[in-house]
Amino acid sequence: MSRAEPGVRPGAGHGEAGARPAAEAGADAGPRASGPVGTVAGPPRGPGPLWTLGLFRSELLTTFRRWRTLALLGVLAAVPVLVGIAVRIETGDGPAGGGGHGDGPAFISQITNNGLFLVFTALAATLPFFLPMAIGVVAGDAIAGEASAGTLRYLLVAPAGRTRLLLTKYATTTAFCLVATLVVAVSALTTGALLFPLGELTTISGTRIGFGEGLLRALLIALVVAASLIGVAALGLFVSTLTNSGIAAMATTVGLLITVQILDQIPQLQAIQPYFFSHYWLSFADLMRDPVYWDDLLRNLGIQAVYAAVFGSAAWARFTTRDVTA
Amino acid sequence: MEERPAAEAGAVIVTRALTKRYRGGQLAVDGLDLTVPAGSVFGFLGPNGSGKTTTIRMLMGLIEPTSGSARVLGHPVPRGARAVLPRVGALIEGPALYGFLTGRDNLLRYDAADPTADPRTRRTRVADALERVGLAAAAGRKAKAYSLGMKQRLGLAAALLQPRALLVLDEPTNGLDPQGMREIRSLIRELASDGTTVFLSSHLLDEIEQVCTHVAVMARGRLLTQGPVAELAAGTRGRLVVTTPDTADAARVLKEQGAGDIAVADGDRVDAEPPDRDLAEVSAALVRAGVRVRGFAVERASLEDAFVALTGEGFDVAG
Ligand SMILES: Nc1ncnc2c1ncn2[C@@H]1O[C@H](COP(=O)(O)OP(=O)(O)OP(=O)(O)O)[C@@H](O)[C@H]1O
Ligand SMILES: [Mg+2]
Repeated sequence: MSRAEPGVRPGAGHGEAGARPAAEAGADAGPRASGPVGTVAGPPRGPGPLWTLGLFRSELLTTFRRWRTLALLGVLAAVPVLVGIAVRIETGDGPAGGGGHGDGPAFISQITNNGLFLVFTALAATLPFFLPMAIGVVAGDAIAGEASAGTLRYLLVAPAGRTRLLLTKYATTTAFCLVATLVVAVSALTTGALLFPLGELTTISGTRIGFGEGLLRALLIALVVAASLIGVAALGLFVSTLTNSGIAAMATTVGLLITVQILDQIPQLQAIQPYFFSHYWLSFADLMRDPVYWDDLLRNLGIQAVYAAVFGSAAWARFTTRDVTA
Repeated sequence: MEERPAAEAGAVIVTRALTKRYRGGQLAVDGLDLTVPAGSVFGFLGPNGSGKTTTIRMLMGLIEPTSGSARVLGHPVPRGARAVLPRVGALIEGPALYGFLTGRDNLLRYDAADPTADPRTRRTRVADALERVGLAAAAGRKAKAYSLGMKQRLGLAAALLQPRALLVLDEPTNGLDPQGMREIRSLIRELASDGTTVFLSSHLLDEIEQVCTHVAVMARGRLLTQGPVAELAAGTRGRLVVTTPDTADAARVLKEQGAGDIAVADGDRVDAEPPDRDLAEVSAALVRAGVRVRGFAVERASLEDAFVALTGEGFDVAG
């Protein structure tokens, strides 16, 4: 039974497809009647080292084929387009476009000079709510959605393995963070290029950098924004292990997100605000300084790592011990 | 409890004092000692709420027993679940599918979840499983457009993605049409003849009678009995049934011939416990007495009779 299969090379391996397990399981099901069952201990088969990644691939495919995921990405792609068109219409009436107010950095007033600023503006506009909400939905649904559909029990008896399934879910959620952020960035870049001129740009510090370097910084910013969402993803995944209702998990995660965003605005809570996962989110603008101001950026990444570790462990502790009855 | 090693050496499932109390206090399974011999088609019988699904969940490592232990294919569960489950196919409490995926993609996903499943043979194995349950034609349709019976078949296909040493089927014919039920039964027999042990839960007595070699009966979380089907049914004696328009005369003659527990039912039927003498004599006596006999037979005890004899009550849900 423990016959390891050394050469897991594709091709002529075992002649007829599906014959390999047949030869084994079929053969040892009968004789087991006479022999002690204990002899079949040890690794059941000799799986290839990469086979375990099949679940990750399947998870990605499943996630991105869900209508809900596509709708979320569609909304995220639409935000930069709407912002771009609004700015274009606004400035069409007269060059004295508002600017200055709102979401932290005053990128918006610069869009008319350089379409690349639409990327920064769009990320700044979606980071407080749209992006984390999308992550909250996907993360909250990760385990609870499978539980409410009943598919969780079949994944577990497949057997996916609880730790492996959880890791796969977390990896997929993280991949979704990246994809969602890139969707915003690419949509913004395309809209910006179509509606506004591109070229050299001025950093927040007032220095001028070339368009190439500007693009590089935009990419870096997108990566930092994606990384900023890791904390929410871990929180959502933990919530997802607590309930058998996908809707409840999504709603709870998004509710927590909104609560934390509100608490982050209350001056009396200043003492604890630095521990909120969203507190340093807008620090990504510091990447547009020259030289880059790293302190808040690193604090942000540190917070995300702490959230990932704490809620990741909590999710693991919960999921590996809970009864799956749904 | 170490007195049965001989029986347990060849057993595929062994539980010892297996007990599950759900959060909320419901005692669902109470001190279950189950032994499922290798190669058997094992019927797990009990009314609604008797703890069948709960037992299966514990065997599959989905829930932790409150106390007691269970071994499947020689491995302890839930601890060793990951080592055994690749060789176990399961249908638990009905099928569960991704509605937005096609039938085929559902199976591809479940197969990908098994780290021991060879990705190179995945598509062929999925196609074979679909063929086996008669779903090949509908494989490309979204699962949400499947009927209940089609979903059930797809669930079965998921259990058959690989040749298994053990199949655990929780009410597999639920929602199937009579043709589908027949197909599933013949599939089960076919799998069993290949050496697969089949553990089949059901509350349908005749289903168990038709396909199972062994049976265990549960009620209110406790095991009432287990053993070969024939033994269980044999434990309950059959009834002698005489169909005749002359019921009063027939009853009198049967009494003279030594039959006990005589009952006259709806107009033309008399049944009784058969006497300990040659039944040919009994029938001759009836004819001699001028009783017009339309039918004379011994009805074999069914599992249902056995069940009623065991529980002393009907096949009802426990409170
Ligand atoms: N998740 C749960 N939480 C609490 N109690 C439960 C849970 N699942 C089942 N029970 C209880 O445990 C008992 C046994 O239920 P179980 O589902 O094992 O019965 P069953 O034999 O499978 O019944 P059926 O034939 O209806 O499927 C029942 O009294 C039920 O109410
Ligand atoms: Mg049940």
